[in-house]
This record gives sequence, structure tokens and C-alpha cells, in this order.
Amino acid sequence: MSTSSILETVQLEHIPSTHSVHIAVFRDVENAAFLHQQLLARNPDFEYALIDAGVITSSLQVLSAAFRAINVQVAGTMRTPNVHSEIVWSLSPNNNIAESYRRYGITPESRDLIIVKVLVTPLVSSSSSPPAVETDSDASAKPLLTPQTIEEHLLTHVKGRPVPFTDLTLGELTDWGRVRKYYKLNGVSWLDKIKDPATKDKEMNMLIMSGMALRGV
Amino acid sequence: MAADSGAQQFPLPAILEYPSSTPPELITQGAEGRLYKSTYLLPSIPCALKYRPPKPWRHPVLDARLTRHRILSEARNLAKCRREGVPVPTVYATDESAGWLMMEWVAGGPVRAAINEWLQRRRDSEQAEGRSGDAIVEGTREEDADLVALLRRIGAAVGHMHKVGIVHGDLTTSNMMLRPWEKGKEPTNGHNVEGDGLLEGEIVIIDFGLASQSSSDEDRAVDLYVLERAFASTHPRAEKLFTAMLESAYKDAFKQAPIVLKKLEDVRMRGRKRSMLG
Repeated sequence: MSTSSILETVQLEHIPSTHSVHIAVFRDVENAAFLHQQLLARNPDFEYALIDAGVITSSLQVLSAAFRAINVQVAGTMRTPNVHSEIVWSLSPNNNIAESYRRYGITPESRDLIIVKVLVTPLVSSSSSPPAVETDSDASAKPLLTPQTIEEHLLTHVKGRPVPFTDLTLGELTDWGRVRKYYKLNGVSWLDKIKDPATKDKEMNMLIMSGMALRGV
Repeated sequence: MAADSGAQQFPLPAILEYPSSTPPELITQGAEGRLYKSTYLLPSIPCALKYRPPKPWRHPVLDARLTRHRILSEARNLAKCRREGVPVPTVYATDESAGWLMMEWVAGGPVRAAINEWLQRRRDSEQAEGRSGDAIVEGTREEDADLVALLRRIGAAVGHMHKVGIVHGDLTTSNMMLRPWEKGKEPTNGHNVEGDGLLEGEIVIIDFGLASQSSSDEDRAVDLYVLERAFASTHPRAEKLFTAMLESAYKDAFKQAPIVLKKLEDVRMRGRKRSMLG
């Protein structure tokens, strides 16, 4: 990751090397309604996972959703239109896709956004061991997207203040009321008995990750 | 990647074929599956991956169904325990059609190894004093406090698990890990600060491959019986102490314990199988 970039680039473990994950965080976004509209219109230029930052407690939660989404994309078993909508659905602990968009995705009222883009680069004659990756839909049509073009696109179209994708900044944006409701943490009495705040956060994050992993199980 | 480690005897599951910062390491092989140590999302997060490979001797449709069912039930039982505060590894990800389950890596070693090491040291020190070294561990000596505390933690963990409606199906001291205390989790009493630390740590129950949801006292008693037998055969010198400590801590953790312990007496008389058919 270059320091000047607003994008955090992550190469996840056990994900084909053709897939890379790029994440930006924007605070005080003024044009969420416009971005939401692009999503509803399925504007291909705006194919991102637009996540409402309020439901996110940690960077791992986002990466976890990306991991799952890329996995099902590679396996060819996606049940939503693309890997980005799959990321939003992967944040949900239940199978209701429409509800997951409303709860975890951008709404016209969203103020703080986490934006995830999965880039798929065609295989460059490396080893033949991994099974052939199907080239993604967004790679086929237009000139190849790069982190640079994504960054430019986001800076042009998202009217907000970019902040780094770190647990510290994400923690400031968390709406615990929603998180506790969506991930059903309110009935978990032992959580509230933990005194040390760091331990408590860690345990809550673990329960959230477990809830996401168990979706549909 | 797989090709890096020449010792890799088995083909890796597809998910582990994709690049990672360090090559996956085969930890153990069971009858049904294999356990790998690898990393989840970032190089800094270790994970355990349990993989149930396809069984070529089974009909493919049946094989897929059995594998799927077992992965899912293990994931559900782990998640239920985790939510209810029973110390078990967190489930990170599953792919039931590919036959794998990825979960939190539990630091530390199995309880079995710790107890054996502890018993060995005790034997050595007894022999150094000129005694035979195979005396029964009564739990009355001051040095035994660590072991007593550990056995009580085991009883409490099992009691907690039974309380939330899960029976493990294969409770042994190998399926319990002794995880070094995390900040804020050490018990305020009941652990010996001055000891050698061998038996220190939080009990984490692992391997829910045979677990099921049940609140039948019979199933719970069988769980305890299996643990008791496993303990007796791996650590015979501490068997008596084990039974006493397990039962008392189990009672403290679980309200219905007296009924289960009554059942346990029946099970001891007849063995694990209720019917004589299996």
C-alpha cells in the first residue's frame, strides 16, 4: 500500500493470486443518495460493495466478507448478481438478500461508507496448478481497471472525506446499537460481564465473524 | 504453496492450493479427515482447517451428503457453544460442498500432554527422594494443587457445554487444549501463581466432529463416561482424583448434574452402549 493512496490493497490468504481486494473509507459522504441510485440502476461503472460503516466493527469483518464472496465467485455458486453484492450479503448472518442490502449496504441516508472493489486480473501465464479462474464480467467489457483508475473514480464521484481503513477509524464509525441487533448480541449475557474493553471487543468481533460464517449453515 | 513442502503426502484441498504467506502444515490425520494449520485472511492470523476428503469407496451422492452433513453439524455445534460462552474455537468459514471448515487456531497444547508431563515430573521427583514414583495421586499434597485446579476447570467446561445442550461425543484429554491465559481471563482464585505453569491455562474444548445437540441425561452421562475411561487409560495414576474433581466441578457448573451423575453410575455398570445390538 502506498501511503498517498486512499485505497488499502489486500491480497487475502488462500485466494487466487488473480484476485485483489481494494478498500476505501469515506466519512461524511454527502451524495449517498446518488451512489445508491447508481447501484439500483446497476450502473456498471459503480460496481462496488458500498457498505454502511455503521454496521462494521473491524477490518477483519470486511475482509471476512470479501473472502467468502470471492470464494463463491471462484466456485461459480454466487446467488447475487456479482461479487460486490455478494460481499454485502456475506456480512449478514441470515439468508435474506434484500434485507442484507438494506442493513449492511448503502442507503440514501448513509453518512460513512466503506467501499470495496475486487479486481480480477487475467492469469499471466503463471503456474497451471490453480483451476482456471473465470474472467470476471467487469474485466471483459472495458479497458482494464487498476487501483489508480478506481481511486480516481472514487475521488471524483464520492463526495466525502477519505480516511484510512484501520480498526481505529472503523471503530469511530460503529453504530453498536445496530451491530448488536443485527448480529443478535443483545441476549448474550456473558459478553456484558467482561470488564476489559479490549477483550470484550475481541469477543464481540469473534461472535460477529462466527455469525457471518454460519449464514445458511 | 503445496509444491514447496515435499513432505506433503496428501493432495491439499483446493482452498489451500491458493497462495498463502506460509505453506499449510498438516497437523494430524484422523479416520475421517485431516487437520491443517494455515492462515485466515492475513498472514498474522493462524487458523485450523479441517478437511474431509471425498471417500472413493462410498457412492458419490451418499458421500457428498454425509460430508456436507458432518461439516455443517460441526460448524453449528461450535457456533452454538461459542455464542453461549463455552470456550471453543470460533468458526471462521465453511464450505460444506468442498468439505472444509476453517476455525480459530487455539494456542497451547493438548491437556493430555500437559498432564503426562506433569505426572512424569512428579515421578522423577519422587524417585529422587527414593520412592517408587508410581504412587496414586491423592490430590492432598500441596504440589497437587495445580492438578486439582486443572481437573476442576475441565469439569466446569464440560458442565457448561452440557448446560447449553451440546454433547461432545468424543471427550478425551486430547480433545481439550490448554490455552495460555489471555489478559483478564485468569481466574482470581483456584490457580497457583507460584507453580511451574505446566498446568496453567484456559480449557478449550476442540473437535466437535461427533458432537450433537442433546439434553438427554443418558447422552451426557455417556460423554462423562467416555472422558473418564479415556482419562483412566492415559493417566491411570490420577484416575481417582480425576473422578472426584470432575464430579464436584461439574456439579457446580451445571444444575442438572446430580441426575446425570446418577445415570453415570448406571453407564459405568453396563458400558457406553445402551442397547446390546451395536
